[in-house]
Amino acid sequence: MPMRRTLGYGALIFLTALFVAPFLWTLITALKSEAELYAYPPVFWPERLRWENFSNAWTALPFTTFLKNSMIVVVLSTLGQLASSSLVAYGFARFQFPGRDPLFILLLATMMIPWDVKMIPLYMEFNYLGWINTLKPLIVPAWFGEAFFIFLLRQYIMTIPMEIDEAARMDGANAWQIYWRIHLPLMAPALVLVGTFHFMNAWNDYLGPLIYLNDQTTYTLPLGLALFKGLHEVDYISIAAITVILCLPPLALFFYAQRYIMDNALGSSVKG
Amino acid sequence: MATATATRRPSRRKARGAGITPWLFISPWILGFLFFTLGPLVFSFVMSLHDWPVVGTRTFIGFENYTTMVQDDPQFWKSLWITVKFGALFVPLNIVLSFLLAVLLNLNLRGTAIYRTAFYLPSVISGVALVTIWAWIYSKEYGLLNYLLSFAGIDGPNWLGDRTWAIVAITVASLWGLGGSMLIFLAGLQSIPKELYEAARVSGVPPWAQITFITLPMLSPMILFTLITSIISAFQQLTIALLLTDGGPVNSTYFFAMYIYKTAFRFHDMGYAAAMSWVMFLIILALSMLVMRWSAAWVYYEGQARKDDADA
Repeated sequence: MPMRRTLGYGALIFLTALFVAPFLWTLITALKSEAELYAYPPVFWPERLRWENFSNAWTALPFTTFLKNSMIVVVLSTLGQLASSSLVAYGFARFQFPGRDPLFILLLATMMIPWDVKMIPLYMEFNYLGWINTLKPLIVPAWFGEAFFIFLLRQYIMTIPMEIDEAARMDGANAWQIYWRIHLPLMAPALVLVGTFHFMNAWNDYLGPLIYLNDQTTYTLPLGLALFKGLHEVDYISIAAITVILCLPPLALFFYAQRYIMDNALGSSVKG
Repeated sequence: MATATATRRPSRRKARGAGITPWLFISPWILGFLFFTLGPLVFSFVMSLHDWPVVGTRTFIGFENYTTMVQDDPQFWKSLWITVKFGALFVPLNIVLSFLLAVLLNLNLRGTAIYRTAFYLPSVISGVALVTIWAWIYSKEYGLLNYLLSFAGIDGPNWLGDRTWAIVAITVASLWGLGGSMLIFLAGLQSIPKELYEAARVSGVPPWAQITFITLPMLSPMILFTLITSIISAFQQLTIALLLTDGGPVNSTYFFAMYIYKTAFRFHDMGYAAAMSWVMFLIILALSMLVMRWSAAWVYYEGQARKDDADA
């Protein structure tokens, strides 16, 4: 047994290093001087930590504009996702109506449709609406719910006893009030989860902005970084610096929401 | 008591089935489904039957796009083959590695929460950031990877510039984000009743047999789920390849999804791209159905087995 434990620890620590090293390596690269960047053998700790690399990289392209665009997309689409997915989830979880179950199966089936099939017609649709080169294609669809999130929230509502709804109805609450005053607050942990996942998807999204945005003033951060990479392939220090900045918000959010993510993943399969 | 529930039930159902209210709640999804899923799907199929340039006249050509693809477009087959090769590398590795990581975490050694976080961390970032991180690690001259390999006496290749290694490099970068699958397996492992192992141990079943006869059957539903989602993500591989190699060198990483993307948005041949996207959709559907059918032979559903026992 001790043999097995030692092996286990060895493997875990080695693998942790493997998973974390690329992050640390990028951070260290961002803090190097040009000479240290191209040194052989590689420099593992720069002589001086050059934090000014970050501000230099940031001002090399209009990253403040890109950040502003990213924030608009992420905040507005996350709000929309939370509102719409929770409404729809409540509708599916708490009402009997003709066609409910087939509709719900249809909703689940839409998760199987590859994005590639929708990418071209959606581009045409948004082009027809005059939305190309605006942030709307990245925001508006989020206000109509997403199958995976609706499913997740519906499963969560199903675990809440029906008696709570009954009691509220006795007290004269209507369906909207039961949703707004009872289920929305009770759903908070699941909403954190949906908000976190959606935030990360929207923040990291590259293909959507790549297709819908052509004008640099509308670029989001990932597009900005890709553009930067194309223009300054040699300036790897600045690329690394922007990469670090791009990673920070999702990492911070992940550490905040970690408990919910793990609880959800590790609790859900037991219920099936 | 029985009469109380009997009289309460119909009234409750009536209250919940109140007319238009439920439709109002689900209306966002219904509208979204019509405008952002069903509409585009139908439209895309119509496009695939046309010669449809971005500017200029569109002509109805029936199934010509589909026949051209199969008969006269070697790139279609090449890209499909590259995607299949990537899938053959990525899918099994993704399943085996995330399973092994979950098993390690399930030993419940001290600090498990920290290791779990570390393994999940890369799943949080994606796309451009992931690519810039790996591009520098893969660099032939200055890359960390070749430096580390040099200790083993290996003269590392030019990972992203080599026709054989570029696809391997993309696979490794993709596997870095296996945190999601790992969590699914970990959840599965934690839901296996400890008594099963206890009973096996008492009856003298060796550890390797416990894995074959307890762990794998109990995890088979999760293996099936991960298998299907990995196949789908292998087919949709685009962001990493687009940014890391842009299809090169010599088109050796020109994935099927990339061919569709470039046909539409760089060569502006919307009809042909739409037709190829439908082919991808059908391949994914067919593969998923095949896997589902095949899975009947090896997936074990705990609830189903209990029901069978009860029926017998």
